Amino acid sequence: MKFVVCVKLTPDTEELNEVRPEDVGADDLGVTMVLNPWDEFAVEEALQLQERFEGETVAVTVGGEDATDALKRAVAMGIEETVLLSDPAFEGSDAWGTAHILAEAIKGLGEYGLILTGKQSVDGNSGLVAPGLAVKLGVPFVSQVARVVDLTDSSVTVVRALDEGRQTVRVKLPAVISVSKEINEPRYPNFMGIRKASRMKYPVMAAADLPGLDTGQIGVDAALVKWTDLHKPPARGGTCEFITGETTAALVAALVDKLVADKVV
Amino acid sequence: MSILVYIDHFAGAGKPASWETLGKARELADTLGDSVIGLVIGHQVRPLAAEAITYGADRVLVADDPALATFQAHAYAAALKAAIAEAGPRIILAPATTGARDVAALAAGELGIGLAADCQDLALDGDHNLLAVRPVFSGNIIATEVFAQQPQMATVRGRSFPLPESDPARTGEIKDLVVDLAAVAGWEEVLGFETTQTGEVSVETANIIVSGGRGVKGPEGFEPLRELAQVLGAAVGASRAAVDAGWIPYPAQVGQTGKTVRPDLYVACGISGAIQHLAGMTNSKVIVAINKDKDAPIFNVAQYGIVGDLFEIVPALTRAFRARLGQ
Ligand SMILES: Cc1cc2nc3c(=O)[nH]c(=O)nc-3n(C[C@H](O)[C@H](O)[C@H](O)COP(=O)(O)OP(=O)(O)OC[C@H]3O[C@@H](n4cnc5c(N)ncnc54)[C@H](O)[C@@H]3O)c2cc1C
Repeated sequence: MKFVVCVKLTPDTEELNEVRPEDVGADDLGVTMVLNPWDEFAVEEALQLQERFEGETVAVTVGGEDATDALKRAVAMGIEETVLLSDPAFEGSDAWGTAHILAEAIKGLGEYGLILTGKQSVDGNSGLVAPGLAVKLGVPFVSQVARVVDLTDSSVTVVRALDEGRQTVRVKLPAVISVSKEINEPRYPNFMGIRKASRMKYPVMAAADLPGLDTGQIGVDAALVKWTDLHKPPARGGTCEFITGETTAALVAALVDKLVADKVV
Repeated sequence: MSILVYIDHFAGAGKPASWETLGKARELADTLGDSVIGLVIGHQVRPLAAEAITYGADRVLVADDPALATFQAHAYAAALKAAIAEAGPRIILAPATTGARDVAALAAGELGIGLAADCQDLALDGDHNLLAVRPVFSGNIIATEVFAQQPQMATVRGRSFPLPESDPARTGEIKDLVVDLAAVAGWEEVLGFETTQTGEVSVETANIIVSGGRGVKGPEGFEPLRELAQVLGAAVGASRAAVDAGWIPYPAQVGQTGKTVRPDLYVACGISGAIQHLAGMTNSKVIVAINKDKDAPIFNVAQYGIVGDLFEIVPALTRAFRARLGQ
């Protein structure tokens, strides 16, 4: 079975707070870019499924040339094949547009079984590409997958983490799942993997390479939602007031007074 | 025109985020001169429809079917699509609970509707279009999403809006919604459900959170935090370090790869304040940090700080609150 992982290049979480609102949308955000941390779980799960059930692994991304770095990381972890979807026409696509691009590329991969994504990206935060992709492919979607229980030629059984509990659900294949952090512990690439990733060729596909692509669904003009008025959240008010006291009892009493006065308890 | 609101519920009870969203929809509808239409999907869920009216709905569509008794993303999305066809709303809102986010996304994707996910504020522009304010870059940037066309859809984070007052005197219409599930037959089969509700307050709905990090040193280190939480009616949260160590289950994790919370009071005990932790809690109204290290970054976001040993401070704080709150 073919396991397809959709990945994205996103800012390193350590530097997310350095991204300037005015730079969002620019080619260079001026911060270190890495494989979206949520996607590491999806890559890891694809590799584990391959070990458990046999099959091939492919990583797919939409982005500029630099997005190859996300694929490189996936290959270093063990993914075998990659597709970089890159075209100026793709820029500015919203989640539905991105999903359409991914769907058309995935259709071209031949028979695909299970498509995995991270829960969301650490930059866009919407978590909409995965359900959008399922819609575009006309296949089932399960989010927040905490465990893959079983996989057959025609179905996958997973445990999904809902807010109140864990639901075991079986969906027919092909299907799209987005995985939760509980599902596994992503491996670190080993030396062999890193070497393989650095020697690998990363094929690029553009709009013209996707026969089913509807250009009316992609790019900034087709986007149904747009980001405006980007700004930093208001800084947290002032500096920390350190509470001190002669004794621990006096100190905590002073804190309790303040919290009661602030009406938060 | 109307605003359609998806009412998420569990075990017969509407989730607070559903009513909060409904309350905001009422406010927007009053500005627009629109009606508010609720949607309840499930089995034997009519009482929720009546409750939705008390919270501000003018009309409630009820998709009541034994086949909808348990949550299934695709069948519920089919019901939401049917409701959109029936109501013809200009705005569609849903709480950003895990299940409702999926249902909203699947329905919006299939109908080609623009969707703003996980919003923390909603407003209208001069042309009566929805402005959806949401955190992006993991809370480091706030963006306003605007829509190219109607209808306009958003999911709304819990605790973004106050719980509206329930008015038992309000009246409204309850109408059955017929949903054709043939298109998704055989797509999704629910085989089981295991609750993770521990009877403890969940971090997402709590007014107060007492959170522990690596500084609590072990599973038993959470005991003093639980005692404080109990006195305050608070939820117990945690940093990833504490979760990864296996001291407390993942649902308690606050931060970028855990829950995003915005309680009135967040008490961080033995948490250093890594940027990924801050991403999940800096929207709290008041933050108290208790840490041995006076240079810990958590103090940069805290209103009140105590430099000291949490094993001494937290039990003392519990005693002080117990005395003050007369317990
Ligand atoms: C992609 C990614 C995602 C992440 N997501 C999250 C996330 O969602 N949530 C999250 O929390 N982290 C997340 N992290 C991890 C984050 O970077 C930190 O490693 C983590 O938050 C540290 O947890 P901590 O503050 O409990 O531990 P530490 O950083 O080790 O801090 C422990 C603190 O306890 C104090 N302390 C020790 N003993 C005592 C005592 N007796 N009394 C008082 N204070 C004491 C110490 O002074 C120290 O400040 C993520 C990291 C990455 C790379």
